Amino acid sequence: MDQPNIISVSGLCNSFGDQIIHQDLNLEVKRGEILGVVGGSGTGKSVLMRSIIGLQEPTAGDIHVFDEGMIGKEEDEATDVRRRWGVLFQGGALFSTLTVAENVQVPLREFYPEFSKDLLDEIARYKIFLSGLPPEAAHKYPSELSGGMRKRAGLARALAMDPELLFLDEPTAGLDPIGAANFDNLTRELKETLGLTVFLITHDLDTLYAICDRVAVLADRKVIAVGAIDELLATDHPWIKEYFGGPRGRAAHRGHTRRKSEAITVEEKQGRS
Amino acid sequence: MPNPADLTQEQLPDGQQVLRLSGNFVIAAIGDLDGRLGSVTGPVARIDISGVTHMDTVGAWLVHRTARAHAAEVVGSNDDARRLLEAVGGVDQSETVEKPRASSLDRFLAEVGSGVIVAFTTLLQFLAFVGQVVKAFFVLLMNPSRFRWHAVVQHFDMVGVRALGIVGLMSFLIGIVIAQQGAVQLRQFGAEVFTINLIGRLTLRELGILMTAIMVAGRSGSAFAAQIGTMKITEEIDAMRTIGVVPTEALVIPRVIAAVIMMPLLGIYASLMSIIGGGILCWIVLEIPPETFIQRLREVTPMTDFWIGMIKAPVFGAIIAMAGCFQGMQVHGNAEQVGLKTTAAVVQAIFLVIVLDAFFAVFFSEIGWD
Repeated sequence: MDQPNIISVSGLCNSFGDQIIHQDLNLEVKRGEILGVVGGSGTGKSVLMRSIIGLQEPTAGDIHVFDEGMIGKEEDEATDVRRRWGVLFQGGALFSTLTVAENVQVPLREFYPEFSKDLLDEIARYKIFLSGLPPEAAHKYPSELSGGMRKRAGLARALAMDPELLFLDEPTAGLDPIGAANFDNLTRELKETLGLTVFLITHDLDTLYAICDRVAVLADRKVIAVGAIDELLATDHPWIKEYFGGPRGRAAHRGHTRRKSEAITVEEKQGRS
Repeated sequence: MPNPADLTQEQLPDGQQVLRLSGNFVIAAIGDLDGRLGSVTGPVARIDISGVTHMDTVGAWLVHRTARAHAAEVVGSNDDARRLLEAVGGVDQSETVEKPRASSLDRFLAEVGSGVIVAFTTLLQFLAFVGQVVKAFFVLLMNPSRFRWHAVVQHFDMVGVRALGIVGLMSFLIGIVIAQQGAVQLRQFGAEVFTINLIGRLTLRELGILMTAIMVAGRSGSAFAAQIGTMKITEEIDAMRTIGVVPTEALVIPRVIAAVIMMPLLGIYASLMSIIGGGILCWIVLEIPPETFIQRLREVTPMTDFWIGMIKAPVFGAIIAMAGCFQGMQVHGNAEQVGLKTTAAVVQAIFLVIVLDAFFAVFFSEIGWD
């Protein structure tokens, strides 16, 4: 891949007290890819994401997003970078006193106060549509939505500013399999229509197989392997073997290859007829 | 952003127009184009977007909206632009849902109506809650092994011990204020010595307990509401119920007991601090030595004043704790509710305490304890 790096993390160290989370961690995310980040619980996937988006000051290391150094930037600095990314937190993190439509409009109002109310309403309406929510959800409050709908509403807000880079923290956790599969398709579609780069933290093996271009594996305080799943399967790190070779990993792999071959058979049939 | 979005209009010979769009059609470069596109009048045959260098969904929406408004044809789009236009076009197929709006009179009437309903249902729910607490208390008396001593002791610390500093300082200052104001007024009649009556009777009978109750409502009533409200939001209360722990027993009873026991103790302490404050002022300003002050205090302050305070204090404590716990239990939905209910807990507790205090004042006068 000769695409430029959107995110580059080098020599990142994070620690809480005596507990070292990351040590000399390196990671690069290229333009236009969906990078899945996996790792056991407590390996610091969320901490890595928080470091990149500036919510967590790393102990050491260097982070560049869109070629701008993010270390030591205050909240009111680097706004040009901030308006180019969207973040979906695990629980949606919607503002509970605002309706879904108002939530989507928050970043727009903050950065483009000159937009007319009609335009804001229209933008909110199609972002909500893009994220797969029914239109009547626009005027509901987060507490009136189900977990899955809250995630979609969070996604609509993350997409409000037409970001080039999207951070998703376990987007399919807590969704039913149909909802999770829909969310995967949605992510893929959005990536293709809007040309997004996606940084995706997940535990969902199906998501990894279905939409990720590359997968980064976090273990032993660093990224131990990055690559397409086939490449990862070839490595012999015990954790990676267990992760992809365990019963769930094999099931996801079977499902993935079956879907692929079905798609091919359908194409063949169509070709014949 | 360089190369902002721009619009040029071109008249065709047949009276139609062509809108030529150029530049960056992205959110940061739109500028005033929303208004300019909206003010285009007359028939538009085509929208030429071949001059657009870059486009995002906001730009695509503007193009789509203009094209729809004039039934114009969009030409000159590359693959990316076409895909975006299709994506934002999809939203038009979904029907719009307007926020329901009522007239201001209707809204006013609805607000008044729901206010009345809420007031009455809250009253009923509060009574039900008090009943629940009393019932739970008797159930616990039957099964003392289920009683949570640990929680009670912890709340003793929170409600009582940690309040000593602020309650003491407040009462000391109130004692000084009473003595100072009393002295100034009574000096006009040459009756400065009655300042001691004022200090002794007012602090023991009314102010010591009342001010302590207000402070406890602000410190602990609010904390109860916020703690329980947060637990409600994070589903901890539901978790308790499923495990088989009764929230009233585990959360409410220890807090109520702690407040009921701590209020009289804090009340004695507060009255004592007020008397010390008043005594010091008498000593300095009126030159009444401490021995005389104490002797006079014992002569003029009947024991009933002390008992009145001690009867009121636990009642106030129970009211404050129950109002706090009740409002905490009423929280549902979002974080804003926690704040609202915490405020409601303090307001309700102080209001009830003052209403009850008025009842007590009349009652004790009637039975001859004056």
